[in-house]
Amino acid sequence: MIDRLVTFIRDTQLWQSIFRHGYPETDRNQSLIMFSSVLLHLHPVKIKRSALRFRYTMCLGGLSAFMFLLLTFTGIFLMFYYVPDTRQAYNNIKDLTSNVFMGELMRDLHKWSAEAMVFLVWAHMFRVFMTGSYKTPREFNWGIGVILLTVTLLLSWTGYLLPWDQLALWAITVGTKMAEATPFVGNAGPWGPQLGFTISNDIRFLLIGGTVVGQNALLRFYVLHCVALPVIITLGMVVHFWRIRKDGFSGPL
Amino acid sequence: MAERSTTENIYPRNQKKSYALMELVKGQGFQTRKQPEDTVFVWPHLLYIELIAALVSLAILLWVCTFKHAPLEDMASSDTTPNPMKAPWYFLGLQELLVFFDPWLAGMVLPVFIIVGMLAIPYLDINPKGVGYWAWKERPFAIWTFMFGFLQWWVFIIIGVYFRGLDWQWYMPWDDWTQHKPSSGATLNDMNVILHGWGVGETAANLATYAMTIGYFALFLILPVLLWRKFSQQLGVVRYLLVWSLFALLMLSPIKVFLRLAFNIKYFMVTPWFKL
Repeated sequence: MIDRLVTFIRDTQLWQSIFRHGYPETDRNQSLIMFSSVLLHLHPVKIKRSALRFRYTMCLGGLSAFMFLLLTFTGIFLMFYYVPDTRQAYNNIKDLTSNVFMGELMRDLHKWSAEAMVFLVWAHMFRVFMTGSYKTPREFNWGIGVILLTVTLLLSWTGYLLPWDQLALWAITVGTKMAEATPFVGNAGPWGPQLGFTISNDIRFLLIGGTVVGQNALLRFYVLHCVALPVIITLGMVVHFWRIRKDGFSGPL
Repeated sequence: MAERSTTENIYPRNQKKSYALMELVKGQGFQTRKQPEDTVFVWPHLLYIELIAALVSLAILLWVCTFKHAPLEDMASSDTTPNPMKAPWYFLGLQELLVFFDPWLAGMVLPVFIIVGMLAIPYLDINPKGVGYWAWKERPFAIWTFMFGFLQWWVFIIIGVYFRGLDWQWYMPWDDWTQHKPSSGATLNDMNVILHGWGVGETAANLATYAMTIGYFALFLILPVLLWRKFSQQLGVVRYLLVWSLFALLMLSPIKVFLRLAFNIKYFMVTPWFKL
């Protein structure tokens, strides 16, 4: 009876339009699913058994990517409750921690997975260096990785301002002070003043939209954190994963 | 060559067939020292590992969330400046460098060199060995250089996080972190001022610091070719210059830290536009 029902459902046009093949328990279906699923096709159909060894990759790259997914998920949740307005932002975070269902968990998870991602990306880079995986033909993908690491740090840093508490304000103040000292384009850097840069037209002004970290800085960091940088890192990840497939996995032969 | 009889045993000749096993030959082929392709399906073998790794990491994060909440201090206010002002932990290494370098170096130029240096690594490392496994002995120079930079990054972060308190003074974990510490009292001098103090003329002292700085980099560019001629030839001119100037930059921060702590030297070179 149940078998007949299953067969009936599997034969419907609806089911057949979604799933192109049966459950992946045969060689044929295990291959087909890797071709037909957009997410799974990042993987090859078969890999060397030795590449599965935990102590080679320690899952660091994959976990970095997983942290990004987790951050996207929790970040979207947080966006429903957050307004990047200096008069509201702090209270929004307070509300999240006390009044919003699951709010505190989502914020905590967002925070700790962000810290974990920073650490994991560094650790992944260390592993890739130590196993010589950046050597020909993977030089370019190492470069993409370095950019991904930089964007990860920037993502974490722009998110740091958003709670609009003392920690946030002054950490970003310290950071943007450094921008002021950029050679040529900062008002306090070498050759900055000579080139006509002042506190109200230099690179720091561009970054925070003012001479002090205020409303414009909050809005800019919000847009960078929630839109611009995630788009950039996603594109970078797409290329990074693609190149792993194209250049081949460096694992033990 | 194996015995004809062995071949016959494995695949006896049959007159009715147009094919036969000719001969078994001992020897080394292209597959020497390689295992036969031992592959498995990604579904389920790799996907299981990915799923388990994801679930375990999620479980750990959720567990952390049960006892440690994301920090939230008082509302931002430009009226009260915290002391010390700390950047997020992953940038505290750079903030710690501010003790030793001017902000344009610590905050901008050195980070750019770190990124450029890391991007350049695959193009500078010409050693083909050590791909695909944890290798130490086959590429000592690459590994030690990278470790040196990597450790610097983390050591400065650890100092910034755990040893810097009020007024960015050095605090031990068992010190009272609410009490201000007297500044060390030592006056910091610039290299040219020190030389001037020794009786060198002002211009000559300035020129001497320029010469010392140029000499520092020249040393890194000249010495290796004299010491390791073969390695240098393999590198070629462009790689050679890049490798050793980046290496000189990598050594710069520990040297500057040493000069400061041992001799109270603030800058080793002062120009009208910037100080090093």
